[in-house]
Amino acid sequence: MNITENSGVSHLRWQHRTGVQRLALWVGWLLLVAFTVYCWQVMTESTIWAFVADAPRQAADLGSRMVPPKWSYINVLWVPLWHTLNIATLGTMIGVAIAIPVAFLAARNTTPSRFFVRPIALFIIVASRSINSLIWALLLVSIIGPGVLAGVVAIGIRSIGFVAKLLYEAIEETDTAQIEAVTATGASRSQVVNYGILPQIMPSIYGISVFRWDINIRESTILGLVGAGGIGRQLQASLNVLAWPQVTLIFIVILATVVVSEWISAKVRHAII
Amino acid sequence: MSSTLDAGGSANTHPSTWKRPPVLVKNNTLRYALIIGAIVYLVLAIGSLEVNWARVYEGLDRGWQFVKGFLQPDFTSRWKDIKIGMIESLTMALTSTVAGVLISIPIGIGAARNLVPPFVYRICRSIIAISRSLQEIIIAILFVAMFGFGPFAGFLTLSFATIGFLSKLLAEDIEVVDKSQLEAVRATGASWWQLVNYAVQPQVAPRLIGLSLYRLDINFRESAVIGIVGAGGIGATLNTAIDRYEYDSAGAILLIIISVVMLAEYLSGYARKWVQ
Repeated sequence: MNITENSGVSHLRWQHRTGVQRLALWVGWLLLVAFTVYCWQVMTESTIWAFVADAPRQAADLGSRMVPPKWSYINVLWVPLWHTLNIATLGTMIGVAIAIPVAFLAARNTTPSRFFVRPIALFIIVASRSINSLIWALLLVSIIGPGVLAGVVAIGIRSIGFVAKLLYEAIEETDTAQIEAVTATGASRSQVVNYGILPQIMPSIYGISVFRWDINIRESTILGLVGAGGIGRQLQASLNVLAWPQVTLIFIVILATVVVSEWISAKVRHAII
Repeated sequence: MSSTLDAGGSANTHPSTWKRPPVLVKNNTLRYALIIGAIVYLVLAIGSLEVNWARVYEGLDRGWQFVKGFLQPDFTSRWKDIKIGMIESLTMALTSTVAGVLISIPIGIGAARNLVPPFVYRICRSIIAISRSLQEIIIAILFVAMFGFGPFAGFLTLSFATIGFLSKLLAEDIEVVDKSQLEAVRATGASWWQLVNYAVQPQVAPRLIGLSLYRLDINFRESAVIGIVGAGGIGATLNTAIDRYEYDSAGAILLIIISVVMLAEYLSGYARKWVQ
């Protein structure tokens, strides 16, 4: 009975998009695929596929050289590990100390001049954020010489952008009622910042700093690859002489450090916020 | 008169100053112990810096040259190398993002607790944990040793890193999708695939696209780094420029990186607005 009726309307299927939209979507995906394939062609132009085909054998060879790790090498690693910790901690402190004023200059509600100072502060943030700490370290090692100091400064410069970006967003989201209340008492500009804004963003400052410290521990473990001190320098030395059992041990130590720092940072952030 | 209001003390000892209560640690002893500990640590840490001030002083001149190179970048003399490096970096970033997204979608779905049985969840979560805990540069060292120098090793490294990043965020997104929509689709008798396709996918797709664009941006930035250990891209060019003390070329490369990242950030913000 109802069959004819049903078959009559069955072609009216519900569809999310109109025909033109579907076509546009389809063409978009096609273009993306075509572009990716083209990029792949360009990228692999100079790839020697014989090496790639050889990779499983190489991997097996590497694996057999890397195990077992040379555990006795750990005694050499304690001092570099201490340096790594210092690079991360001191770098974070420098970064946060510079980032706080930059954030106040970049936030819309506290910047002294929206058309002149704010763009400069934003450029500092972008410049610091878009260049990895390894590249900063590469530069600083060639400028101030290899060693822990280059690592500290590199981590510091890299942290400015990250901390300042998160912080100026926090400043822009502060409660205006409190700021108005402090302003209404006749407080000066610096008093407004100190009593109206700072208490509101203090938890963010601590939270962001600890978060960045955790990332910095992770980054400072490899800064030594370009000569900036820490455990990465031992890694570079071991790689240069192809001492793979030592490399394995260093990887394990780095992994353990990263896990521990992540755990500490999670605990501290949980306690603060 | 006022002493009746002022229950605690006498009338003429009103506090004239106000001291902000401690924000973090309320316990006095613990707070002072923490402060002293921090000072001791700082002294030890700064003491272990071993700064060679003569070398730093010598380097100031080079630092000034770098600043000059940054202000007057030299795009022309190394333009050929820069072009090759940029093409490698950009193609590497795009292909690795596409490959990484394609692999992360199944892993991300597998790592969402509300869609899969526990053992699949555990497998996928451990894949994510492995990919996230190893830094790009370490993976790049291993891949370069296995696959030889060049952008192919870089492509593999970035794809591997993308998997950990995207699947984790995707899984977390899927875990917080609106349950009523899941229930509604399930109530129609939909299979698991239909559930994923009609209830989950529409909710997470905009954010997935946004995250993919963000990851594209990260992959480009990382491609500048992994070149240092031989995985191709602009990093290799930059490393050479700095090794030769050609700060004006290095400044040019850094400016290109910064402007590409800024452009990508601007475009991805625009694209995300358009998608949502």
